[in-house]
Amino acid sequence: MEGEGGERKRGARLCCVCKKSRASVKRPKTLEQICRECFYDAFESEIHQVILENQLFSPGERVAIGASGGKDSTVLAYVLSKLNRLHNYGLHLFLLSVDEGITGYRDDSLETVHRNQIQYGLPLKVVSYKDLYGWTMDEIVRVIGLKNNCTFCGVFRRQALDRGASLLKVDKVVTGHNADDIAETVLLNLLRGDVARLSRCTSITTGEDGPIPRCKPFKYTYEKEIVMYAYFKKLDYFSTECIYSPNAYRGFAREFIKDLERIRPRAILDIIKSGENFRISTSTKMPEQGTCERCGYISSQKWCKACVLLDGLNRGLPKLGIGRSRGSVASDNGNESKVEKSIQGKQCTTLDF
Amino acid sequence: MACNGSGCQSGGCYKDEDATCKQPPKSEEADSKNPSNVCIKCKLNDAVSGYGGIDDGRFCADCFKTNLFGKFRFAVTSNAMITPTDKVLVAFSGGPSSRVALQFVHDMQERAQRNFDASRDRSLPVFGVGVVFIDESAVLPIPSNEMEEAVEVVSEVVSSLAPPRKELHIVPIETVYSSDSGDGKERITKVVNTVIDPTGREDVLLCLRMLALQKVASEFGYNRIILGSCISRIACHVISATVKGQGYSLPADIQYVDARWEVPVVLPLRDCFAQEINMLCHLDGLKTVKLSTDLCSSINGLVSSFVALLQEENPSRESTIVRTAGKLTPFQFNRIPEIIDGNVPLATRRRQKRYNLKSNESVSSESFCPLCNSPLDKSEITDWSNIDSHRSSDIFYNTCCSSCRFQILPSDSMAMEQFYMDLPQSVVGRAKQANNGNLSLLREQIQDYLLSDGEDET
Repeated sequence: MEGEGGERKRGARLCCVCKKSRASVKRPKTLEQICRECFYDAFESEIHQVILENQLFSPGERVAIGASGGKDSTVLAYVLSKLNRLHNYGLHLFLLSVDEGITGYRDDSLETVHRNQIQYGLPLKVVSYKDLYGWTMDEIVRVIGLKNNCTFCGVFRRQALDRGASLLKVDKVVTGHNADDIAETVLLNLLRGDVARLSRCTSITTGEDGPIPRCKPFKYTYEKEIVMYAYFKKLDYFSTECIYSPNAYRGFAREFIKDLERIRPRAILDIIKSGENFRISTSTKMPEQGTCERCGYISSQKWCKACVLLDGLNRGLPKLGIGRSRGSVASDNGNESKVEKSIQGKQCTTLDF
Repeated sequence: MACNGSGCQSGGCYKDEDATCKQPPKSEEADSKNPSNVCIKCKLNDAVSGYGGIDDGRFCADCFKTNLFGKFRFAVTSNAMITPTDKVLVAFSGGPSSRVALQFVHDMQERAQRNFDASRDRSLPVFGVGVVFIDESAVLPIPSNEMEEAVEVVSEVVSSLAPPRKELHIVPIETVYSSDSGDGKERITKVVNTVIDPTGREDVLLCLRMLALQKVASEFGYNRIILGSCISRIACHVISATVKGQGYSLPADIQYVDARWEVPVVLPLRDCFAQEINMLCHLDGLKTVKLSTDLCSSINGLVSSFVALLQEENPSRESTIVRTAGKLTPFQFNRIPEIIDGNVPLATRRRQKRYNLKSNESVSSESFCPLCNSPLDKSEITDWSNIDSHRSSDIFYNTCCSSCRFQILPSDSMAMEQFYMDLPQSVVGRAKQANNGNLSLLREQIQDYLLSDGEDET
């Protein structure tokens, strides 16, 4: 059970773990009052425990860390390097970044990743939309406008990460998705009626049958604790939001999860637990995995989503592949987009893993 | 890599473009044909509007009512909720949903009675209907005059729905305790007050309410309990249960039928929206009772606000949530037990077979939480070999699901023991059943190594 610890001795609170130092933080996950050192230990050892219990890595593996310059990936790079050193995982770590080509946003965040490369001593590989697809996000937004550009960006980024991982010849990719992200995804899939994703969005490793699996070591780590850790360790990270989706962060689901966390911190883990325990009826038809005819990457359709969108762009029909597969009138399409936008969470389709 | 210009003009791409351009905008044509305020079904009367659902402004009052009743009747016949030999108990809280459920059950019964009177051979009997209202004054701060007024309205409503006559049971919630013990009210107050978490308090009330319903049904010979839960309430429950970590047991609560109890519980309004139900109450002047209960800061309250907000944004959101959760595998008890009665109408049997295809792959669960009666995942079932204590309250604690342990049961062992002693016998009995089964198994395994029959610990 959870308990609010902390002894009171002449007004000074002591850490409820070591009972020696003065408590300086209240853990968002458990509401325990602990000192900074114990917080570091708890934070790192919990992640280490997750890595061991789920057997995420094997000695000698080449692992790419998806690095955006934001707090999640920065803390992930730092902690994974440290644990790799401390516990002799024997991993070869790389930083892998995607340059979407967003002026004033991605170039600044990539500077952060370059600094991380030097600070942590990890090789860095950057793949860009321009190189892979011939289009930057700036160019895409000029063509399609702000309304649906997140769809393009999310689809392209997911594939770009896979392509970058191939170029690096790594065995695994790790991303900084945290507990809040995964809980949000469970809820969103319930709200949207996406049964296929509902059954796999809580997996700590996805794409195991594919060429390069993806792992989420921060699956049970709270976002607030990541921020706290980065703050106390004075880690260098970039925190500006994407300029093309200024309202994406304030989705309904994200706000709801923050309200839940306030009432009951463990609700985030409870949502993940529910997601893990859902049993999908086998009579429900699930999409079959295959490969795209054009580029060879994984897809449940003849062409993968990236090729469909790219084809539309190159043919001057950018709205091809947006919205429903059957033709719909403009007003319906607009309405659907509005609804989707309001319900989307942090960084839009980044959460569609 | 990028698709080059010349390749883009190949056959496949061109075909796609062609198909898209040639698609006629049929819905636009259809829209323009119909004048804006005429019922799309009968084309005669003006459409009613203002309730905000998916079909808002599309049907006239009569067609709207017919549709709503049709959803109810379809749910009833497809899931064998009510058969001619049944005696059903409608749980009536005074709210709009249970009021509509009561009205529809009455309409069905009235119709069945007419058919019975008109038929020559009188082969099919008419199902019996009773109504129960649970008085929760003992555990909720409802003024006594308000409760008396509510009871009066409830009695008036039930007596107006005759013939056929329906027996009304006004039941205080403390009847979950045996009738011989006079301290039921005191004990139930203690149980509820021990629960500190606001969400836990709401959930323990839910458990006690179901216990009370089951008791009334058993005592008076009912074989079905009808709840007025609609899509909107079920959608909230889906999200609430997910948030509480009850993803495993969630599908048990949202099916049309729930037969894990002694008396099966059915939800005939499962496909109806709250807005539709409110509109029907408005159109037909159905009386409802609103008791003053303040919404505290609970998970359930937060979820209700969230779902209501989403429903405003998109009228089909609630049904999407319920449909998604409906794809989770149900349990063995999520259907009416096999019908042995030969009097069941052929149409009902045929439809039951057609719409209950999922039953083959239902999950048969062996363990339930004694408090909320939720099926337990294997990981939640306690490993008894690790249990040191043999105190009843500790065993009860470990038998419960993790959600109840967190939000209902006291963490202090002294308070837990007191809580255990104040619980109704039926709850305690459930835990003992589970416990006895497990302990006797263990005893068999270690029988050879026991030195004596006495298990005293020194």
